[in-house]
Amino acid sequence: MTHSLSISGSLRNRLVLTLTGGAAVLALVLFFAIRNYTTQIAQQGQDSILNAAVTSILDAASIRDNIIEVDIPYASFSMLSTQSDDLVFYAIYQDDTFLSGYPELPLTNVTGRASIFQTALYRGETVRLVTAGRVLIGTQKRTQIRVVLAQSQGELADTLRQISRTAALFGAAFFALLVALSYWATSTTIGQLKRLTTSVTRRGPQDLRPFVKPVPTEMAPLVTSLNSLMGRLDHSLSQSEDFIAEAAHRVRTPLATVRSYAEVTLQRVDKEENRQSLRAMIRAIDESSRAAGQLLDHAMITLRSDHLERQDIDLVTLVHEIVLRLTPIAEMKDLELCLHGDSNVAYSGDPVLIQNAVRNLIDNAIKYAPSEGRVDIAISASPRIGISVCDSGHGFPSAEVDTLAVRFKRGTNADGTVGSGLGLTIAIDVAKAHGGDLVLSNRPEGGACALLLL
Amino acid sequence: MRIIVALVLWLLPQVLVAQEWQEQQVFGAPETQQKLRIISSTDTFLFAPFVESFVSRYPEISVEYLVSETADIDHIFRNDPGVFDIVISSAMDLQLKIVNDGLAQPVANVAIPPWAQWRQSLFAFTAEPAAILINRKAFAGVSSPQTRQELIEALRARPEVFQGRIGTYDVRQSGVGYLFATQDARASETYWRLMEVMGALDVQLYCCSGEMIDDLSDGTIAVAYNVLASYAAAQVEVKDAIEIILPSDFPTTIMRTAMVSIDAPNPEAAATFIRHLVKVQSDPQQSDYPLPPLNGQGSTRDRATITMGPALMTFLDTLKRRRFLLEWENAVIQN
Repeated sequence: MTHSLSISGSLRNRLVLTLTGGAAVLALVLFFAIRNYTTQIAQQGQDSILNAAVTSILDAASIRDNIIEVDIPYASFSMLSTQSDDLVFYAIYQDDTFLSGYPELPLTNVTGRASIFQTALYRGETVRLVTAGRVLIGTQKRTQIRVVLAQSQGELADTLRQISRTAALFGAAFFALLVALSYWATSTTIGQLKRLTTSVTRRGPQDLRPFVKPVPTEMAPLVTSLNSLMGRLDHSLSQSEDFIAEAAHRVRTPLATVRSYAEVTLQRVDKEENRQSLRAMIRAIDESSRAAGQLLDHAMITLRSDHLERQDIDLVTLVHEIVLRLTPIAEMKDLELCLHGDSNVAYSGDPVLIQNAVRNLIDNAIKYAPSEGRVDIAISASPRIGISVCDSGHGFPSAEVDTLAVRFKRGTNADGTVGSGLGLTIAIDVAKAHGGDLVLSNRPEGGACALLLL
Repeated sequence: MRIIVALVLWLLPQVLVAQEWQEQQVFGAPETQQKLRIISSTDTFLFAPFVESFVSRYPEISVEYLVSETADIDHIFRNDPGVFDIVISSAMDLQLKIVNDGLAQPVANVAIPPWAQWRQSLFAFTAEPAAILINRKAFAGVSSPQTRQELIEALRARPEVFQGRIGTYDVRQSGVGYLFATQDARASETYWRLMEVMGALDVQLYCCSGEMIDDLSDGTIAVAYNVLASYAAAQVEVKDAIEIILPSDFPTTIMRTAMVSIDAPNPEAAATFIRHLVKVQSDPQQSDYPLPPLNGQGSTRDRATITMGPALMTFLDTLKRRRFLLEWENAVIQN
């Protein structure tokens, strides 16, 4: 019955992968965004200090007696002092003439007061360069003073290292948080599915009620479909049960009529072969009638076990009544029905169902027991409440003890015996409805034994 | 052409040998493999005890100790940094510019506070204030000046005593003299007034502290301004004749610094020397050597040590230096 499902992928894995991958990408983006942004700010910091320094140098430039003087303020270089002891280079030009400082520093053309920033390699060090100019007006001519100021980037590199560390820490923390979050989200989502699965699995075979517990919107279509599927299933099952019951009922009455006619005819017929045929006919009719009866019983049991009505009953009284009712049939086969056990076993259960089950078991025993044998019926209250019915026939075929209770299944050794195979099924259904079981075994001295545990 | 090249190659070592040193001494066994060549502005008598202890502790290293004036050291070293292992000078500004120009190499694992080093290349190992030295005889019966202002007043009060009997560094020649002068001028206008007063009294200009102290102790001059106190303090024989005054208005304290040349022939031995030097001099209680320690006399930071940083290069700028020397000459040279 169970097909092996073809599994393609896992929702959980897909969710976790997507979310974790997304988190990793986001964390990386965060890392680079923070780093780039703060790098810019750090560079702006260095630039503004360089600009302040170069401006203060330019402000100290003057013309005295037509000679350019640049009285570099002590603070100009002082403000370039850093924790990393960065190198400082500078050059002062009058128009294109080098005045002082480091002549190899690259000189850029500047017009106006705007400073020009650039990053260059000087003496094997990466330096940030600022070039700024100022026009001085002397008595005879205008002259432009240009100052190039350069600072190595040790401090900036230190800052960047620090920033990178912090940004990486942020990114990692962000990533961890997202992963935890995605794990949680996945578990919650899958949890809903799991809960539904559990509640489907936990249901009894007859439980086809719709699911009424609240489910998330996304699962509503699934549960709705499931409910409607179960509804249709329930409907079609009850329909077929109804049909069987109806059919059995319809068949039984005419069968009884036919049987009485056949019996009357048997009385009138003298010819042996005709009597033989009639007996066979009656046997066939009995079998059909019995089957119809059992089908009716089974339909009734299916119906009642769904809504079990428990009453306090005395099992001994109940079984005794059945034994009394079946004694005439047993006597027809010269069988003795013996009732043993406790005189009083109180139980809370559905008397109709239990009656049905016991009757079917005794019926089976009568059927399979050889003539002039006996059927032992015992009722015990401990260790578990149980009713055992044992005959002195050939017993169950040992290989089939487990499969016999399936509906319409008969033992392979049942040839020549009237029966529909429903008897054991009914007994099992009743036992299960009461939370018990039916145990089939063979007696060591020969004969089958059915123990109805309640 | 080839002859000229050969001649130059032949002459070059001769020139080096011919270089005139104020002092020159070899410490340790001359046959050692590692020969440290140290060019220094510190007089041998001040540094010898340390070098001797160094070579006795590291017998595989010998030290050739060459003494010159601070500004000369700068020229000599810049001309050929591959000839020297270590440069020691009290002219912090010149030393820092050498490092800034990439002529020094960093030394790892030197235990030194951040304010006493620059780029792990320049290491300070003393803190020494500039002092006013006076001849006790010249100030007999008069209270000795404790500030620059008091010195100005003392000089003005008795011009006949001090005419031609005041000494200070010739800042045009002396690197450390220039450093003192520029730092003084930066700190206060009093410096210029003092220079003018001293110029009016026909100040004597010296290249080096040694000669100034000699002249002061024998009474040739009565006052020496801006002399490293350590020199006077180390010369026991002049102690009685000279009083050392650390001006209380504002002190100018320099740090003697050492560095390893970028092209040092023995960089590892040089690093060992620097580490040992810094370690010994960092102990404020050390009294085995005549040089004052780095952390001596309480906290050096309170004594306003000149900060090691790029600002030291300000007064080394050609234009700035020209202007400063012009002003200085105007004040000091008046005849």
